[in-house]
Amino acid sequence: MTNDVVDMITVVIDGFEVSVPKGTLVIRAAEKLGIQIPRFCDHPLLDPVGACRQCLVDIEINGRAFPKPQASCTIPVEPGMIVKTQLTSPVADKAQKGVMELLLVNHPLDCPVCDKGGECPLQNQAMSNGQGETRFEGVKRTFQKPINISSQVLLDRERCVLCARCTRFSLQIASDPFITLNERGALQQVGIYENQPFESYFSGNAVQICPVGALTGASYRFRARPFDLVSTPSACEHCASGCDMRTDVRRGKTLRRLAGDDALVNEEWNCDKGRWAFKYVTAVDRLTTPLVRNEAGELVSASWPEALAAAAKGLKAAKAAVLVGGRATYEDAYGYSKFARVALGTNDIDFRSRVTSDEEREFLAARVVGTSTRYTDIDRADQVLLVGFEPEEESPIVFLRLNKQVRKRALKVTAVATKLSIGVEKLKGEFVKTSPGQEAAAIASQALTAKSVILVGERAGESAGALSAVAVLADSTGAKIAWIPRRAGERGALEAGAIGNLLPGGRPVTDAAARVDISTVWGTDSLPTHIGKSTAEIFAAVNSGEIGALLVGGVDPLDGDDSQAALAALEKAFVVSLEIAPSAVTQRADVVLPVAAITEKSGSFLNWEGRPRSFDEAVQDSHNRSDLRILSMIAQEMGASVNLATVTAAIKEIASLGKWDGARAAMNKVSATAAPSVSGDQFILTSWRRLLDLGTLQKGEENLAGTSRKTVAVISPKRAETLGVVDGDQLKISTGFGSVTLSALVEDIHDDAVWAPRNSRGSQLLVNLGVAHGAVVTVVKA
Amino acid sequence: MSEQLEPLKKNEISVNDVSYNQVETGESVGALGHAKGFWITFTKMFKKPLTVEYPEVKAPTQDRFHGRHQLNRHPDGLEKCIGCELCAWACPADAIYVEGANNTEENQMSPGERYGKVYQINYLRCVFCGLCIEACPTRALTMTQEYELADDSRAKLIFEKEDLLAPLRQGMLMPPHPMYPGMDDSNYYKGDVKEAHPSQDVN
Repeated sequence: MTNDVVDMITVVIDGFEVSVPKGTLVIRAAEKLGIQIPRFCDHPLLDPVGACRQCLVDIEINGRAFPKPQASCTIPVEPGMIVKTQLTSPVADKAQKGVMELLLVNHPLDCPVCDKGGECPLQNQAMSNGQGETRFEGVKRTFQKPINISSQVLLDRERCVLCARCTRFSLQIASDPFITLNERGALQQVGIYENQPFESYFSGNAVQICPVGALTGASYRFRARPFDLVSTPSACEHCASGCDMRTDVRRGKTLRRLAGDDALVNEEWNCDKGRWAFKYVTAVDRLTTPLVRNEAGELVSASWPEALAAAAKGLKAAKAAVLVGGRATYEDAYGYSKFARVALGTNDIDFRSRVTSDEEREFLAARVVGTSTRYTDIDRADQVLLVGFEPEEESPIVFLRLNKQVRKRALKVTAVATKLSIGVEKLKGEFVKTSPGQEAAAIASQALTAKSVILVGERAGESAGALSAVAVLADSTGAKIAWIPRRAGERGALEAGAIGNLLPGGRPVTDAAARVDISTVWGTDSLPTHIGKSTAEIFAAVNSGEIGALLVGGVDPLDGDDSQAALAALEKAFVVSLEIAPSAVTQRADVVLPVAAITEKSGSFLNWEGRPRSFDEAVQDSHNRSDLRILSMIAQEMGASVNLATVTAAIKEIASLGKWDGARAAMNKVSATAAPSVSGDQFILTSWRRLLDLGTLQKGEENLAGTSRKTVAVISPKRAETLGVVDGDQLKISTGFGSVTLSALVEDIHDDAVWAPRNSRGSQLLVNLGVAHGAVVTVVKA
Repeated sequence: MSEQLEPLKKNEISVNDVSYNQVETGESVGALGHAKGFWITFTKMFKKPLTVEYPEVKAPTQDRFHGRHQLNRHPDGLEKCIGCELCAWACPADAIYVEGANNTEENQMSPGERYGKVYQINYLRCVFCGLCIEACPTRALTMTQEYELADDSRAKLIFEKEDLLAPLRQGMLMPPHPMYPGMDDSNYYKGDVKEAHPSQDVN
């Protein structure tokens, strides 16, 4: 696309010549010259609409002038065009002032109570391009204010200037057309459908792009003025999309987060979770001091030297392993990776605290680490295949990018999945229905080309053979593979070697040259040569007595498929836990060390592309140390040298490692297991996590939780008929371990399968049932 | 510029290198000169003194004296402050800190949607310029003539909302309480509300 020859058109604006690509709008050509034409409805990422009429300018083409000023946001440049803005044309200036006066006729004078006050395009442009004095003496139109159009978005219709940015965003970008303009004339207003609230995962963007205070967020309502806030550029820690963000802090407390502008990644959008889930840092009781378990078996406060000594002693005394968790920053993960090898002398480290497989680990080493499939590859793809990946729920910005291409050029999206999801429906995708666990066969039958992209989710690893089938398909067609995990830190941890089969930079642990590379930089004599254990194997080894100590980062033991084994292992082993708040791990730990939350430290994540997304500390002077710093201190106490006191030191050291140019680790092909046969009330369970659910990082966000989707159990029409179930009936899903009872929804799903959200209210499958995907469960009408 | 001046190094210059001159004291004023000065003192002894015996005697201030601030109330007792922070914005000394919050049905502190939840004025910083009073859109913030603001700690000189709120007068009811029945916030600003509604228990 970049190679295409672009026609340039030269126009004259206010007496200055400017050359812009064909199709550029006049308002943006003027921007290029630094001429600011006032506007409300115009947004570079939305289709032009010309709704507010604020950007009127005088236009003349080849000597023929338009009889009246024209909206510069709807007219593309043409050869021989001469534009006069408000700066040179008294007619345009008068027209703009007139439009502004009319917009203000019904606009209430409630700037003092309006959240937008101080950063309001209407306030600013009324000052720069308005009359200054009002001539209006009548009674202003009033509406009841404010009304909740969802639990997190409030609408104040009096303030609306009917620019239609919010409705266009919802329709064109998010494909969630839940708001629209109702009525006509002075009574025209933004509204929601009856019985249908504005429950979009992207509703926060409508709040951000509203040029007046008509749409405001419930959680930021009346909390601050722009001059109170200290803004820090940051990156989103919620998923692997890697959104650029801005964090606004008032007196050490995050008050809001806004989507940043990164054309290569999130454009100007983000999802509601990224925007509104930030209270988990302050809503919970944070750990403030180190804790050490005393002889009586109680966790008591201890000094740092005492706790570090206890941690070092315990980790030295027995064979130890490391569990990192998927939320660590790239630098922290690198610290864990180095700590495991240098201080503990083991490759028993795994960042995957979820349902995993060895096939997945080999796939990551062979196909993912060091590669860089980009968002732009989606832009150029002729077809996108989704495998074990539900973009809207698991990586919303990938969904927006897919949706953009679907709308723009009807990109073909194919989803190999067990259930048709709302997201895939919105993408007008082809739904290749499979039984849970039988994805491999469906993948193998896909026809792709070298221009196609395969987006593989972390759940693909839960079905045996699926990832092998993806590798075969990519080899035979030349299609690009992108692995999109759910958590923000997983790709970084993979690159940092926080996994048993890889050293930093994707170097296989079994490769002698790779080990020499690393030990030279680390200054060690040798590195462990065996392939390390995975998370499940580590827990099993603790329970069998092979491993005696665990170093645990931000891990929830209930995220895996055998949570009982995990909890038993944490009870049994000597556990050093690095955490921000009390958790199931800290309860069972022997030494607990408090660490800095994301807002309190700097660092970076690698998003699914492998692109670094760095962020600064938003809250200054928290005195909390990063994982990296603490690991260095424990290592020093143990007599080993990790020596990574700062993020900068870690970045430097990672850079000095350079790229691995040796052979990649090989991948053993795994074949799918035969589908279990089900009959009567037996079903095969399938599930995924929803964007808004009971995730740890969404604690304390009632407004956000209010827009989460309904917890339902989904079965196919055929099975519903045999069970005698209709929508809304209660279904009881049970295993030998436990059961959940959910409201039934009859939808397009494989006849053998029952779907339920993995971690939503009333449906925490891994905790309630002990399984999440591919297992046979019993479903009965409750 | 053709040449740049070399900056002086620290040890290149000393106090002794700087030239100085003796200040000339002039000639003695003489006896007549002394008498002239003391005469002014003598004449003042027969005039009425301008000073007062503070703190026993306290002279009234001018009407527009800029003294301690006050957060006013509507006639029914609801607070006028809406927590808009315009005072804090206007303040050249950064002496005011405000946090707004939502009025709810159970907790109606001021008419309308918003009230000032936290309101602090730091009198160690305040320069009594009155720009905050000019900025206030609801006339919630005014200045009193109280000037005795000395205290013995820094913390005591940060006045909280309770310290600044005007006392409840006749007909007022301590918020939170609902707005006057049938009236909305614009009625309050127009002055239609004269007192708390009889149904609201005023003692």
